[in-house]
Amino acid sequence: MNLKLLVYILKRILYAAITIFVLITVTFFMMRLLPGDPFTGGKAVPEETMAALEAKYGLDKPLWQQYFIYMGRVLQGDLGSSLKTQRAVTSVIGDTFPVSLDLGLRALCFAFIMGVLLGIIAAVKRGTFWDSATMFIALIGVSVPSFIIGSLLQYFLALKLNMATGTQVFAIMGWGAENSKVLPAFALAFGSMAIISRLMRTSMLEVLHQDYIMTAKAKGLSQKTIIWKHAVRNAIMPVITMMGPLVAAVLTGAFVVENIFSIPGIGRYFVQCVQQNDYPMVAGLTMFYGSFLVVTNLIIDILYGFIDPRVKLTGGKE
Amino acid sequence: MGLFNIKKKAPFEPEVEDLSAVYSADSPIDASEFETVGTDTGKMEAIVRPSISFWKDVLRRIRRSKVAMVCSILLGLLILGAIFCPIFSPFTISEQNVTFIHKPPFSVNPETGYVHIFGTDVLGRDIFVRIWYGARISLVVAAAVALIDCIIGVIYGGISGYFGGRVDNVMMRVLEVISGIPYLIIVMLLMVVLDRGLGTIIIAYSITGWTGMARLVRGQVVALKGQEFLIAAKTMGAKPSRIIARHLIPNILSVIIVNITLDIPSIIFTEAFLSMLGLGIAPPESSWGIMANEGIRYFQQFPSELIIPAIFICITMLSFNLLGDQLRDAFDPKLRR
Repeated sequence: MNLKLLVYILKRILYAAITIFVLITVTFFMMRLLPGDPFTGGKAVPEETMAALEAKYGLDKPLWQQYFIYMGRVLQGDLGSSLKTQRAVTSVIGDTFPVSLDLGLRALCFAFIMGVLLGIIAAVKRGTFWDSATMFIALIGVSVPSFIIGSLLQYFLALKLNMATGTQVFAIMGWGAENSKVLPAFALAFGSMAIISRLMRTSMLEVLHQDYIMTAKAKGLSQKTIIWKHAVRNAIMPVITMMGPLVAAVLTGAFVVENIFSIPGIGRYFVQCVQQNDYPMVAGLTMFYGSFLVVTNLIIDILYGFIDPRVKLTGGKE
Repeated sequence: MGLFNIKKKAPFEPEVEDLSAVYSADSPIDASEFETVGTDTGKMEAIVRPSISFWKDVLRRIRRSKVAMVCSILLGLLILGAIFCPIFSPFTISEQNVTFIHKPPFSVNPETGYVHIFGTDVLGRDIFVRIWYGARISLVVAAAVALIDCIIGVIYGGISGYFGGRVDNVMMRVLEVISGIPYLIIVMLLMVVLDRGLGTIIIAYSITGWTGMARLVRGQVVALKGQEFLIAAKTMGAKPSRIIARHLIPNILSVIIVNITLDIPSIIFTEAFLSMLGLGIAPPESSWGIMANEGIRYFQQFPSELIIPAIFICITMLSFNLLGDQLRDAFDPKLRR
């Protein structure tokens, strides 16, 4: 590994660390901005009780001291616990996150494979019916929100199809058997698939016009070899840079897809906590979610430095 | 090569040298009737076609594109409907009628005789007026966020790109950190802290939304900075503020407009998304997200209650997406054939 790559990686790690730090700080001060106090729920409480409670939770200390205590706790992995159920945030994450990760990975794989394939088809068959059809699908994908696709899929492919065939082709809701995982993953993936296929088409068209492709053609290589061995390898680069934002899109899309399909994932839980004003829970989940996305982006950035030797290692993302 | 240099007679070269012999007195045309008028160089170089400026050219291309025209007309209708429909409708957005709920489109209320064009919802509210009120919300949010993002992004990106060096470095690192924070999470966090409503959505989205624009503007400014007309302006002593405002921004305006057009669908989506999760606009106000959320609940019995807001969301997002694509093609000389 050369020095430049090392510096690049260290730099990315540093930015990721700063981003997470800012995220925790913002979360802390936002929670302090909230009106009211976390104990009484509007009831009148004697002053001594109040003082005792504040002392117990460290709220009598000056703000900066609270901030450092909070930061220390977070760095040790203690994200607080729920106001309503008293459960620790970390235990909730342990229960719900694997489900979301499963769903998200399925959706990402689907979006990536289908998106790249559709993009290649559209670029190779440029100007034909296949091109128009693929780009039409892509346009639908970027214009129809996941919650609408999810509800329609649920209605037509789960409810109606089950009624028509008399067997349960796709489960209507819940999470468990394989047939309950197809529709939510598809609903979640559709938008990202559309973005990837558009990007792949543009990038593929650009690559197909380059001289080395003409050389390959002149050499007499088959269409298959040219596309898969020569064109796709270069054309896929911009798609890989987009993976970071797409991971974020898929994870946040899960908020609503998990709600529609009643999947016990972290997104659904997060939304419930926001709706119930369960502040410590929201803060903890925010930090977890945020850090997860930052770290994912970091990994993708570093991978990109390895994959594409042309990437400007010193400048970072342009 | 001069070996075969034999001069050939042109095939149609006139045999007779003296033309007056050909056009003799009995010929109706006499050479003396003609005179040389000379050449008027002014007229030859006169510009008679109207001059087409960049913006006129773009407008012409947009007019010629059917897709762009259809999208513009749809969006125009949407804006008009959003302004006027709630004013002239006999219903209000929160007026409930418990005896007349879940009615299909075009059902007539027997008591008042009014037609519910899109039917009524679970509380007997008129869906038509709620849709147009929702269009207002979506468009207001989109316009406000786009404007704020644009102002912050242009100023930030402009300064960063123009000054370059250390300033650029620091500003870009700050931007990188801010854009690294997933926006939807910050938006949801803010919705907890602030009161739910229109203003909060606008603030929440703007806090993280401007980074894309800033990056874009910076890139354009850096690309433009080395060009001669800017060096000339600098040499003549123009202040940075003047250079940014008079020379740089007009040149990157096209990129900004395209970016705004393509950003608006995602803003509209975010509003619908938040309202749909119950974190955006607070009931009893109406928004497409709220209506979609209620529609999903009763979708199996009354599908039109989801389909109508869904169609509006999709058509609006689609129109902005398509219009943005068309604008990009119209603006970018490199994409033209």
